[in-house]
Amino acid sequence: MSSTTDASPNPTGAAAGRPRSGGSPAGGKGAKPARRGKPGGRDLAAALPWITPALILIFGVVLFPAVVMFYNSTRDISLSGLDKGSVGFDNYVEVFQFPYFWPIFFRTIVWVVVVVAFTVVISLGLAQILNKAFPGRQLVRLVVIIPWAASVVMTTMVVYYGLEPYFGIINKFLVDIGLVDTPEGYGWTKNPTTAFMWSIIVAIFVSLPFTTYTILAGLATVPGDTLEAAKMDGAGSVRTYFTIVLPQLRGALSVAVLINIINVFNSLPILRVMTGSIPGYDADTIMTMIFKYIQNQHKVDVASALSVVAFVIVIVIVAVYVKVVKPMKEV
Amino acid sequence: MTVTETRAMLASDAGHGASGRQTPPRKRRYTEDQVPLGRVLLRMFAGLIVLAVFIVPYLIMFFGSVKTKSQILSVDPTYFPTEWHWENYLDMWSTPETPLPQNMVSTIVISVFATLLVLAVALPAAYYTARFKFPFRFVFLFLVIVTQMLQPAVLTSGLFRQFTALGMIDTWAAMIFINAAFNLSFAVWIMHSFFAGIPKEVDEAAQIDGAGRLTVLFKINLPLVWPGIVTAIVFTFVACWNEFAASLVILSTAGNQPMSVALTKFVGQYSTSWQYVFGVSIVAIIPVVVLFMLIEKRLVGGLTAGSVK
Repeated sequence: MSSTTDASPNPTGAAAGRPRSGGSPAGGKGAKPARRGKPGGRDLAAALPWITPALILIFGVVLFPAVVMFYNSTRDISLSGLDKGSVGFDNYVEVFQFPYFWPIFFRTIVWVVVVVAFTVVISLGLAQILNKAFPGRQLVRLVVIIPWAASVVMTTMVVYYGLEPYFGIINKFLVDIGLVDTPEGYGWTKNPTTAFMWSIIVAIFVSLPFTTYTILAGLATVPGDTLEAAKMDGAGSVRTYFTIVLPQLRGALSVAVLINIINVFNSLPILRVMTGSIPGYDADTIMTMIFKYIQNQHKVDVASALSVVAFVIVIVIVAVYVKVVKPMKEV
Repeated sequence: MTVTETRAMLASDAGHGASGRQTPPRKRRYTEDQVPLGRVLLRMFAGLIVLAVFIVPYLIMFFGSVKTKSQILSVDPTYFPTEWHWENYLDMWSTPETPLPQNMVSTIVISVFATLLVLAVALPAAYYTARFKFPFRFVFLFLVIVTQMLQPAVLTSGLFRQFTALGMIDTWAAMIFINAAFNLSFAVWIMHSFFAGIPKEVDEAAQIDGAGRLTVLFKINLPLVWPGIVTAIVFTFVACWNEFAASLVILSTAGNQPMSVALTKFVGQYSTSWQYVFGVSIVAIIPVVVLFMLIEKRLVGGLTAGSVK
């Protein structure tokens, strides 16, 4: 069973930039003076043709818009898009003085925490099932991919339709099994609280495939002989799972959680479809609020200020998470 | 792939353990076929439930797509279509809510060109950073990771202002650039780890035989990293295909919008043509699901390359 150490998908990855034992110049053609010396200006010049297109895209379409957004958040921009000068932090004042801001803020936290927590716990169970050998496993694995590949908008819309009173299929099912006792069903999507609750369910559903597959990758790295040894020592399957398997999944889990936090925080389509037609601000998160500012109120300046707030929240969450959990420590 | 092989081995290991718990285990119980039947049935049952949960929303979608409008809006709905109206798949393209044929073209054009752009930009960067050292190489890779942390949604107001200033608002080109930029990091990351996985001796041997750097890249390396390239292409294409947040703000003309944005116009209407929404959804979902299923084995390895050991 020693060959299970090959499980690392990329065994030589860590040594990518290091010289091999011979110390021979890998680049050849004299682009590199000597392998031992520090790379110098000529190396940078040689690299530029290869990486400049990527740099242009990153700076031009990711980092520069971020700067524009920070700048706009301090400007007064008219409904037609005209910049009417600086207003200091007035846009931020408007963001924070909006009476629904703090409810929206805390709803965003609930949204992220609940969705990510349930996603991870359910995915751990799913991965256990999909990691066991049984006839038809391959089919189940393939079907689990569907919500990952399918458009989140389309997945949410079928749930939205299903929850419609009178003709929605999910409502009919809930009536048929006796969970809803009004024959026309319940207006789940007409009420901010229940619409938000169903949005959470959809968000968990579409986050499961990625998380499950990441955990499956982690499970593939659990050494088989260790499991064998634990069985031999008489450890039950529950104990084996918590003392051997789960610690081994730390790397996979920490990456999955980080990516899920970012995705769920930035998620727009689910709430947009499920709660978008409900008036008021009782089912909004920061992300849907940004789009309400841009599209309904045409306040790009206030939207920018709220985006900066969102941006800072994401950065803080990621920084704290990376500091505490160190998911990237092997990169 | 080693990951798959290992996984298969692990699965059979689990089988050994399950059947051979009693001591002393008889030798022939150490084959996978000897997992107790009851346990196999239990696993199949669990698998069946998982299968049902994951496929039901899309079955609802499919069954809905062949119902008539009066059937799908009927006060006492049926789970299955009583008659199959396949003509919906022809009629749906001329629905008044949004110009769906144009939305389809829009989705295809944006996804294809954004994917090509990602490939053209990410491949050289991934190759060079994996193969050669240069100053600020680490800074560059760090920038790539930072980009991965950011998504169009949080930057929309900045993107909106920038592309307005550039006169590119409401154009496919703007969305091609945005999709390419935000999917670049993932593509670089995956291909980087595949390039890094090729032993340098391979390059050196080719060079000794007189091959130039470009020959080494195209003739020697590309065939070896082909799985990584396919993974990057599929992930990028599917992400562009489903992109929603930036398209919602950047593309204001109905005909320019992709399917994801166009379909939301059906929500909250007095009597929605759900059968057409679902027909279009099925047509839009099948190709990307098939693409993802084709790389199922590499979904795991590709995703975690470089981050999960």
